[in-house]
Amino acid sequence: MEAASVPGGDRALLARSPLARLPDRALKYLLTLLAGLILVLIVYFFIRLVGEARPAFAKEGVLGFAFANNWNPSAEHFGALPLVVGTLITSALALAIGVPVAVAAALYATELCPRALRSPLSILVELLAAVPSVVYGLWGYFFLAPKLQPAEQWVADRLSFVPFIGGGLVTIPNYFIAGLVLAIMILPIVSAISREVMATVPRDHKEAALGLGATRWEMIRMAVLPYCRSGIVGGAMLGLGRAIGETIAVTILIGDAPKLGHQLFGQGYSLAAVIANEFGEAQGVHRSALFAAGLVLFVLTFLVNGFARALVVRAAHKTGQSGPGDGESGTSIVAGVAAGA
Amino acid sequence: MSAQAPAAELTARFGVSAGRRRKDRIARAIILAATILALIPLVLIIYYLLEKGLGAWSSSFFTTDPTGNTFFKNSAIGGVKSAILGSIEMVALASAIAIPLGVGVALWLVEYGRASWFAKVVRFFVDVLTGVPSIVFGLFIYIVLVIGTGSTFAGYKGSLALSLLMLPVVIRSAEVILLLVPGGLRESALALGAPRWKVIFRIVLPTALPGMVTGVLLAVARAAGETAPLLFTAGSPKKTTTDLGAFMNSLPVQIYNDINSATPSVVSRAWGAALALVTLILLLNLAARLISRRSRLV
Repeated sequence: MEAASVPGGDRALLARSPLARLPDRALKYLLTLLAGLILVLIVYFFIRLVGEARPAFAKEGVLGFAFANNWNPSAEHFGALPLVVGTLITSALALAIGVPVAVAAALYATELCPRALRSPLSILVELLAAVPSVVYGLWGYFFLAPKLQPAEQWVADRLSFVPFIGGGLVTIPNYFIAGLVLAIMILPIVSAISREVMATVPRDHKEAALGLGATRWEMIRMAVLPYCRSGIVGGAMLGLGRAIGETIAVTILIGDAPKLGHQLFGQGYSLAAVIANEFGEAQGVHRSALFAAGLVLFVLTFLVNGFARALVVRAAHKTGQSGPGDGESGTSIVAGVAAGA
Repeated sequence: MSAQAPAAELTARFGVSAGRRRKDRIARAIILAATILALIPLVLIIYYLLEKGLGAWSSSFFTTDPTGNTFFKNSAIGGVKSAILGSIEMVALASAIAIPLGVGVALWLVEYGRASWFAKVVRFFVDVLTGVPSIVFGLFIYIVLVIGTGSTFAGYKGSLALSLLMLPVVIRSAEVILLLVPGGLRESALALGAPRWKVIFRIVLPTALPGMVTGVLLAVARAAGETAPLLFTAGSPKKTTTDLGAFMNSLPVQIYNDINSATPSVVSRAWGAALALVTLILLLNLAARLISRRSRLV
């Protein structure tokens, strides 16, 4: 029977009274309000942050703040170049060390390891995400850095002819240690996302490669890696966003020296570290300069993460699959969230 | 062509050459080595946490406040009672704020917003929130609640900073789970004449509950380990307090402050506190995984 043939009079009998419809409407508006609140909050915070950073920008100029190599709060000089460079050096190190290891771990878990090992292995790597930043700092400072110092000194002595790497005295806190610990910290997220992207490689592609006589490695190189490239790059970018914003571990491990680093094994500073370290005593323009550092950090991570998400989403949609995080099994949801995706 | 060795003949023509096989073996060895390398830090961290941390644990470690004495080796430095209680109080308040808000936004995204442009904007902003460095959340709260009110640090301000940090995790994980609730369940309830709000509260939420608990626990674990947003929102007093309007100590901040000390016993307290913190967070993670395994949705 067609719905249209039901006379309008019968509908009135079935319809809810306006009063009974009230809770429905209320709930809808309440939830919409909550969702809108998120937007309002972020926009409001951003405007306030710009407002607080303005005195520093007014004093140094936006470019002067970002590109002058002179961070000296006691003399009221706020050129953040040493901080920006420190952030870039440590993040680049984290990517250079962390991404290959994370991708290899993901490859091993999806393509090479025995089926029974697959899930425990992934969980173990993701447990790294459960360790708090301050514990990484503690461990890095009192265990890793002293243990590695002789090796670093050896490398610095042998490669003394290489600019930036060689020569000089190796200090306990330095760029390299900060970058290395950051690499460990971004391992879980890069690995989790790589694994999820690798899981979307169609079976046919892999079996076709193997059927044509490819070895496992050739199959990985020709079928798996090209298919996952943009997803892996996206995962690495999310890791980069994490590394740029990481505060406490870097504050402990980078040495907090506000000078442009001449040396991989020397002390430096980063944008996030300067806020954590100096905010407590900062007054006036100094405090404003720290807000400006926060603003630079906010914009930087915003750009990196936006780009990363676009890549990961595209990689996940290529096969019409759902995005990482809402993958095929419960573990992948836990993985995505646990790794902070 | 000899009839005696067809296999050798076939291998020669179609088999994998020694060079390719060697390359395969080397590549697989490198991948395995890198995987083992990825696991080494976890082993080392847990090993050193246990070795150094257990030595610092004692009955007074959990039952006394830090005294602030660090200069004299034989003076009592105290334990971490105020830090543990402060962490629990602040994370509890942060959860009480972030969980209803986050689940509410996720409900709106799944039940009402769906693929509308506004929902896309909200999703984008939630992603933005996920990427914001935790110290910037601390700055936000400082600007609004410390500069804005002309007052100073307080436990509830730390909680608010932590809840901002938890929000995107709760929203995203709850959204994923809510999407898994079968549409058929909603439609049957609606067809039986249930109003929308009843469908949401009596059908959708109970079905999604176990799965959502997982995401919530992971968000709580993340908040519990954060130092940066608390540094200049909650402060680091020594005394235990239950007043969320006063300065409030927390485990991560206590560890951070102890690391800077030159006194070995204070550093040892940092290891003990770190072990307590990691144990707490690992338990939350474990619970999250167990509950997620029992959920029927995923």
